[in-house]
Amino acid sequence: MKDNFSRTVAYYPGCSVEGTAKEFDESTREIFRVLNVALREIPDWNCCGSTPSHIYDPLLSAAISGRNLAIAERMGFYEVMTPCPGCLKALKGSIEVFNNPLKRKDLLNILDMPFYGRIKAVSVVQFLVEDVGIEEIERCVLFPLEGITIVPYYGCLLTRPPKSAQFDDPEQPTSLDRILEAIGATVPHFPFKTECCGATYGVVRKDIVGRLTGRILEMALDLGADAIAVACPLCQQNLDLRQEQIERYRGRSFKISVPYITQLIGLSFGIDPKKLGWHRLAADPQKLLTRFDKLSKKRPTEPPTIR
Amino acid sequence: MERLRVLALNSTYDESFIRQVEMESGQQISRCYQCGNCGASCNYTCVYDYPVNQIMRLIQLGQKEVVLSSRAIWLCAACTACTTRCPCNIEVTKIMETLRVMSLEEGTVSLKDVELFYKEFLRSLKNFGRVFEAGLLPLVNLRIGRPFNDMELAPLVFKGRKIHLFPSFIKGRKEISAIFDRFESWRRKKEDLS
Ligand code: SF4
Ligand code: SF4
Repeated sequence: MKDNFSRTVAYYPGCSVEGTAKEFDESTREIFRVLNVALREIPDWNCCGSTPSHIYDPLLSAAISGRNLAIAERMGFYEVMTPCPGCLKALKGSIEVFNNPLKRKDLLNILDMPFYGRIKAVSVVQFLVEDVGIEEIERCVLFPLEGITIVPYYGCLLTRPPKSAQFDDPEQPTSLDRILEAIGATVPHFPFKTECCGATYGVVRKDIVGRLTGRILEMALDLGADAIAVACPLCQQNLDLRQEQIERYRGRSFKISVPYITQLIGLSFGIDPKKLGWHRLAADPQKLLTRFDKLSKKRPTEPPTIR
Repeated sequence: MERLRVLALNSTYDESFIRQVEMESGQQISRCYQCGNCGASCNYTCVYDYPVNQIMRLIQLGQKEVVLSSRAIWLCAACTACTTRCPCNIEVTKIMETLRVMSLEEGTVSLKDVELFYKEFLRSLKNFGRVFEAGLLPLVNLRIGRPFNDMELAPLVFKGRKIHLFPSFIKGRKEISAIFDRFESWRRKKEDLS
């Protein structure tokens, strides 16, 4: 890749963005192009191992995600960025095992690749706030999301546990709030910012997700939100893909759009919604996009359509 | 009812269990003074058989069997609310994770669905190097005897063309299965030693 970019970072997409969270990947790549940061995808990356390998044995998980880190280190990177908080946890877990003197040798034997544990793993949101900076994001906004009310939902892993996240406040995070304000949205205080969405229980225990995700959707609606901004594929799946299931469970209609923060940033940068994967969302975002188009006065020509 | 079970604490006290949890999790169990913050923070207390603070207490009391066969440890979503709020800085989530690992090793997993899902996941990972969502979920649903679980989501998923119809292989999938193999032989060696 020719380097016309001001900087380059290693990028670990993760399995979910190959499937249900494709739009997170698409919109991340799009906005980083505008922000002048080159994403170098880790070649031939493998699954981070997620929860199952960690439960099987944290050492297995460390070796599996360690392969990705070792490849990135070999390419000379000191920082790897990933959109998925679940993958982030696994990548960080691998570094944690490496730093444990009792376990390092076993890890290296099982991994069987040179790995020096020098690399740091960060989420897309952390990279946006700490490496790119809110001012830089603000500078690239062509069409502020003025008049649109958006509540930020952080989920459980983005800022927790504080010791391993080392980012923002674990209980009252503000990074997404600040990004949303920078792109011009109205951001009410959202009390359920970090309350758990029900995680993977959508598959086996729908009642749990019905209750937990249900109250997040209800709170957003009661606050008059036009959208809920998220940064985690699993949260997005519960809030968006399962929204109709939850409507039936709660006996209330939501019809609220649940885009990734990167899709919203992209909109304010003037990127075509289709390129940002807005058409992939389950809860129809057309109402929001039409409103955005009406309200962003500076918009030059055609309204964004996605269908 | 399971919850009303009377525990003969003295006869089932297992000191080595406490030590093992402490060693594997790196947390000091005796620091817990039962303030209840973790249980109050946990969104899943309503479905647990033992709230997480009671799990902490049961570990202090060396109740290996009750703890490792509890539903609570498998219903935990690892959301880390407990860890964040523990006044004694105990990483409670890590303890719950340790208990799941131990429960799998001991063969006392209370939620079979979950165990099955994890097995299928690891199989996909070992064979392909990545995880194949479209193949994984229907398979698990079939095995748990609920083939139509989540079927209504399919049109929504296909609308966004979100699921690959074929698994994505990585070139290094041999490297991945080699990692699994080296791990298995490491584990066998460890078991032989103990
Ligand atoms: S929050 Fe900490 S001290 Fe309080 S009951 Fe839970 S583990 Fe014990
Ligand atoms: S990590 Fe587990 S036990 Fe702790 S609060 Fe979350 S779900 Fe409950």
